[in-house]
Amino acid sequence: MTGPAFATALGEAGSVVTITNVSVRYGPRLALEDVSAALPPGAVGLLGPNGAGKSTLIKALLGFIALERGKLRMLGLDVRHAPLEIRRRVGYMPETDAHIPGMTAVAFVAYCGELAGLPRADAMQRAHEVLYYVGLGEARYRKVETYSTGMKQRIKLAQALVHDPDLLLLDEPTNGMDPKGRDEMLALIRDIADRISVILSSHVLPDVEFACDHVVVLHKGVVATHGPIAALKGDSARVFELRVKGDETQFVVALRDVGIESDGESGDVMRVFVPADRPARLLFEVAARHGVQVRHFRASVPSLEDVFARALGD
Amino acid sequence: MPIHDQGYRRYAGERRGGDRRWPVIARAGIIERLRERRFLALMLVAWLLFAVRAVQLYVGTTIVRASFFAPSEETFHSFLNQQRLFVFFITIYAGAGLIASDRQANALQLYLSKPITRHDYIAGKLATLAAFLIAVTWVPAMMLLALQVLFSGSLDFVSSHPRLVPAITITSVLQVALASMTMLALSSLSRSRRFAAMLYALVTIFAGAVERVLQTATGAAGWVLLSPQNTLVVITDALFGIEPEIPVTIAVIAIVALMGVCIAVLERRVRAVDVVA
Repeated sequence: MTGPAFATALGEAGSVVTITNVSVRYGPRLALEDVSAALPPGAVGLLGPNGAGKSTLIKALLGFIALERGKLRMLGLDVRHAPLEIRRRVGYMPETDAHIPGMTAVAFVAYCGELAGLPRADAMQRAHEVLYYVGLGEARYRKVETYSTGMKQRIKLAQALVHDPDLLLLDEPTNGMDPKGRDEMLALIRDIADRISVILSSHVLPDVEFACDHVVVLHKGVVATHGPIAALKGDSARVFELRVKGDETQFVVALRDVGIESDGESGDVMRVFVPADRPARLLFEVAARHGVQVRHFRASVPSLEDVFARALGD
Repeated sequence: MPIHDQGYRRYAGERRGGDRRWPVIARAGIIERLRERRFLALMLVAWLLFAVRAVQLYVGTTIVRASFFAPSEETFHSFLNQQRLFVFFITIYAGAGLIASDRQANALQLYLSKPITRHDYIAGKLATLAAFLIAVTWVPAMMLLALQVLFSGSLDFVSSHPRLVPAITITSVLQVALASMTMLALSSLSRSRRFAAMLYALVTIFAGAVERVLQTATGAAGWVLLSPQNTLVVITDALFGIEPEIPVTIAVIAIVALMGVCIAVLERRVRAVDVVA
């Protein structure tokens, strides 16, 4: 299903973000080109390699960047006409290291709460609460400048959560974190997504696969694919691991001719994606036709990596 | 079922309406600065002259033989001129990092992801610096006037000098506005507070020195326009009834133009993201 078709099928009422034919330009470079998607409530991953346009899309959603063309709606509001109302209901965790200099963690988070419209006493109380929630309770009286990279990621999440937004925009939230910290951050995101909607921008596939239900894959400024992760991964019986002996290149071309996509290095185990309307035995028929021996054949569990690879055409 | 839910909990309290968030920014900035002992010491030193002038007023008002200490419009004019030194130091100390430090810490995207506008942000930062500058210009000058009334026991001096209160107020406002706007614009140009401080010092001291040299060499009073501070003096002199070196209208146009440049710089530099064209 294409972008606009998907948007129409879901309908604006059922989506937290609706992106309609959005283009963004940085000078001569088109960072986003005619992007359309409808992001449903829950956890949605924005996936794509570096430079795909993920951060640009988030900044456009926040109204930081002017659109060249198109329309953005968040939480039922037009980004262009109600930016303040949207920011009141949205929390943003930027990709880069960001804090208010000279403040302790609790003062910083409370200040962000006040800026977002909480009364002073409530902001302070809520700051303590979210700092405990993100695992910084013991370090909340330290200045943010003295925090490690992992702690800075957590406090960025805390400042985005302090005013209890309806939608959380997270830009590469696990950047620079150690494996344990990364797992904890993803568990937090998963937990938050049970209560409020989350849009998680990342180039790390396992992060998105763990934390999100839906995904939008961006590549070179356009939507490569999007939808529920489970649906995109497809039937597990349709992905196979295969190792062959013979002219592998010719075999891959022959498979493509009959509508079967594959990935993997030459001489290694390749993964093939058999469409639902084709039988798996077609693999053996093609192999036999081209004098290729099938040395290894096993049904595989499809991953988001497969979706990503197919979407990017690798 | 868990005994205590440690998951994310939603906020059920009230939320403030309205879009005026600049007082939050200003209050945070003022509190942060007041926590620094060195800054408090600077503010204290800035009030020393007030103490000296207060004694002078007391002596001039209460001792007949010390009538040469008796207050005049010039007393207040020279007091405000002398306070320019402290305006300079406080502007550098409290103003250089106002935007530069936020830029260095990538804080602008945090501010502007909240329900505040760029104008709220600029107004909050401006109010932070302006509050301290008003505290060393208008506040002590008006307190001196109040002391004069107190020492003399009458309002005769105030009523015989009707332009004094407006002159003190306008002079203070202009001093504060010029220093705050210039410093804020320069602070937005850099990610380093030191660089912003150096730029301000350059604009204030160097421009003044060049103006003096050129004026002495050529004898033309028009060179005063090179220095924003000295241009401002032209206006304040006129407010206190002193004949200015150049027409006041030209000085006003120059100051307004400088303010316009500052606003344009702030408008361009205060953004959540640096968009490279």
